[in-house]
Amino acid sequence: MVENGIGASLRRKEDNRFLTGKGNYTDDINRPGQTYAYMLRSPHAHANINSIDLSAAKSAPGVVAVFVGQDLVADGVGGLVCGASVTGKGGEVNKTPPRNVLTMDKVRFVGDPIAVVIAESLAQAKDGAELIAVDYEELPSVVSTAAADKPGAPQLHVECPNNVALDWELGDKAAVDAAFAAAARTASVDLINNRMVTNPMEPRAAVGEYNSGTDEITLYLTSQNPHVHRLVMSAFMNIAPEHKFRVVAPDVGGGFGSKIFTYNEEAICAWAAKKINRPVKWTADRSEAFLSDAHGRDHVTKAEMAMDADGKFLAMRVSSHANMGAYLQLFSVSIPTLFHGFLLAGQYTTPAIYLEMRSVMTNTAPVDAARGAGRPEAAYLLERLVDVSALEMGLDPAEIRRRNFIKAEQMPYQTPVVQCYDSGDYDASLDKALANADYDGFGARRTEAKGRGKLRGIGLSAYIEACGVAPSAAVGSLGVGVGLWESAQVRFNPTGGVTVFTGTHSHGQGHETAFAQLVTERLGVPVENVEVVHGDTDKGQFGMGTYGSRSLPVGGVAIVNACDKIIAKGKKIAAHCLEAAEDDIDFAEGNFTVAGTDKTMSIAEVAFTAYVPHNYPAGVEPGLDEIAFFDPLNFSFPAGAHVCEVEIDPDTGTLEIVRYTAVDDFGVLVNPMIVEGQVHGGLAHGIGQALLEGCVYDDDSGQLITGSFQDYCMARADNLPSFDVDYAPTIPIHNPLGVKGCGEAGAIAAPPAVINAIVNALGIKHLDMPATQEKVWRAAQAAG
Amino acid sequence: MPTVSMTVNGQAVSGEVEDRTLLVQFLRENLNLTGTHVGCDTSQCGACVVHVDGDSIKSCTMLALQANGADVTTIEGLAKGGVMHPMQQAFMDNHGLQCGFCTPGMVMSAIDLVAKNPNPDEATIRSELEGNICRCTGYHNIVKAVLQAAKTMGG
Repeated sequence: MVENGIGASLRRKEDNRFLTGKGNYTDDINRPGQTYAYMLRSPHAHANINSIDLSAAKSAPGVVAVFVGQDLVADGVGGLVCGASVTGKGGEVNKTPPRNVLTMDKVRFVGDPIAVVIAESLAQAKDGAELIAVDYEELPSVVSTAAADKPGAPQLHVECPNNVALDWELGDKAAVDAAFAAAARTASVDLINNRMVTNPMEPRAAVGEYNSGTDEITLYLTSQNPHVHRLVMSAFMNIAPEHKFRVVAPDVGGGFGSKIFTYNEEAICAWAAKKINRPVKWTADRSEAFLSDAHGRDHVTKAEMAMDADGKFLAMRVSSHANMGAYLQLFSVSIPTLFHGFLLAGQYTTPAIYLEMRSVMTNTAPVDAARGAGRPEAAYLLERLVDVSALEMGLDPAEIRRRNFIKAEQMPYQTPVVQCYDSGDYDASLDKALANADYDGFGARRTEAKGRGKLRGIGLSAYIEACGVAPSAAVGSLGVGVGLWESAQVRFNPTGGVTVFTGTHSHGQGHETAFAQLVTERLGVPVENVEVVHGDTDKGQFGMGTYGSRSLPVGGVAIVNACDKIIAKGKKIAAHCLEAAEDDIDFAEGNFTVAGTDKTMSIAEVAFTAYVPHNYPAGVEPGLDEIAFFDPLNFSFPAGAHVCEVEIDPDTGTLEIVRYTAVDDFGVLVNPMIVEGQVHGGLAHGIGQALLEGCVYDDDSGQLITGSFQDYCMARADNLPSFDVDYAPTIPIHNPLGVKGCGEAGAIAAPPAVINAIVNALGIKHLDMPATQEKVWRAAQAAG
Repeated sequence: MPTVSMTVNGQAVSGEVEDRTLLVQFLRENLNLTGTHVGCDTSQCGACVVHVDGDSIKSCTMLALQANGADVTTIEGLAKGGVMHPMQQAFMDNHGLQCGFCTPGMVMSAIDLVAKNPNPDEATIRSELEGNICRCTGYHNIVKAVLQAAKTMGG
């Protein structure tokens, strides 16, 4: 048994610097001769730009340069790209309108950047921007997801008639309609998946620097995937060739999806640094982050279930709109389609499923992947629909789920919506969750609460997600423009320490610790002698970054595969030194041993020998440094059952989550302490969506109403309970480490569990998120 | 430009600032104490909390000149001789941080919380930390950390 290997709740290696103020975030970086960039943004939701007068700004004190879109275009800088090509109805691929780095002729959302002022100080850049005179011709705008494709709606792009970017369907409509026509019972629910602002606590930032001696650009930025940022800015935007372009994502203060994408401001910092031959720094303030970060969710949906007389699901039919905002971001239309539609079977055997999904353009910030990305929307509509179906059937919500679960012995299970689940035991996780939550005792607790004038409710959610993105060939065939393998390099230094380069990126997930544990487990090297390096395109090999709970299921396997190459080479070296046949060498707990003898060599001694190869096997290269690339065979399918219990004061609408029980299946846990932390954070995200968070644009003006933490309610400590977290693992057959992703699960599972508990307490069919105090109070009053 | 002088982490410092310079800007930009973070522009998030004359304050909401003559402690000033403050240690022991961005402000607020409530219960901790937003942890482990630190700081 290796100490501090897989399964140890090792304290995190990265914590010392974060706890002592020694973290190195992008805004902490300052370069000699640095200038400051400030973006001039559209104050209008939709307007033609008649003219921009830069003359006063250019001569303002401290202003170094002012650029508009034409300056970048003239320099050959390409626009921002959408990486998705999803095929919709009639074989039509999504329509992707062009987007310049700085918008030139027509602004399409409040916050759309049209000019950048670069000055000696940030204050001077802001003062300069105030002197830019823009003549706008305001146009009517549309922000509503449901109204965007209605006749007469203001049109955003000529490329997208009726504001539709993609009209997509999945499944056999005729079979589903036939099942509904023949069904004994049906249930339906209309719901809104509320728009969220992702809001990592660190706002986006970038520092661009140009070295005229080497003609190289370095860009420090808040990124979840620095290699992909470099690739996009090089291949599509012509900022610099990849080999002359270094992208560094240092410590990053949370991402949750919003730091995957290539944004205008960071491209400007890289380009302008060369243009003015001085470093250029840009840091978003929170107000800018609200306006310009990609948002998440924002679906308007009708979902229906057809059942037989026993409540067995026969077919499901979903019709939905997804808001894409004003431009298609990097993943955009792939989220409400591939990452949403393919999860609609959930944990159930529903044989026929049909989804119609319209992705529409509106005068709002772009919408893209946010923690869960499509899967929270799928789990929410499905788990709400299941509860409504239980109500229709007069069945207990746990019972209707059990009647429809895919059984453990049916694994692997091919769903009717593309995905093939490779493991899972949904009865086991539900049983454990109900036991941990004392589901059977709920009736007594409800009665007791009623005596105090409180309404108590309980809600379930049995979710599944697909993460560990993703098999390259599979996603490629669906229209995703990249491969989604991951890479690792495991390098022994001559003195026995190990440096691991991963292509993933850690922005809170603790990779420096958990990935070191993988190496310790495999190679027997003490965990303190393993350093994990990420986030710098000049240090590590190409990698795809971190999102879609992929780091451990994909990146972790690449690391152990590189370790296995180290062992294979080490055996040749040890066999030579120990004068034995290679096949007779065993490796365990850091030592190469001749089987059945006490002749042994530590891996540190083998590493030294590899670098000082005086007594060395013929035909073997010196050095001990191996790279592995791993392309997963399947997605990873974490699943589980969550139980939420709430208490509502009907006189005030005050709601308290009195108990939250999670039972998840993440397969093998490498660092249980970190996994539990990921669950907590996901739950906070999901409960925040259910109760507090909602991004609102004004229907008439298109202004962002929830543009700060004063208006957009992030969950505070006193909004949340402590959580009861437990596991019911099954081992995935497709993952060599037996692991599944865990970072998004809570955000996927929690919203339906919370809303199911609230409607249970109030005795109503449905309540849209966020279930704010006012909304709950109104519903309680209406319900009597 | 006026000159401001104060004691920061036990050292006398001074510098020229604009009237509008915020304390957090003085700390980060003049003194290069970048452990204190800026997470919002409406005094909501608490990433910038430092101690001024023993009280936790949001350094984004105080002018540098207002801190003239004050005794300021930042996250960089907590560990003594390479040994972390009990609150820092408790955050590490309980996995009370993930991305680390809200952490300095959270730790500074938590120390003040325990100084003023030596034996806080969970509800008190949650209520007192209402001015510090964390997006990563769901607060569960932060609450555990503060409970632990309250014991070690009191003992």
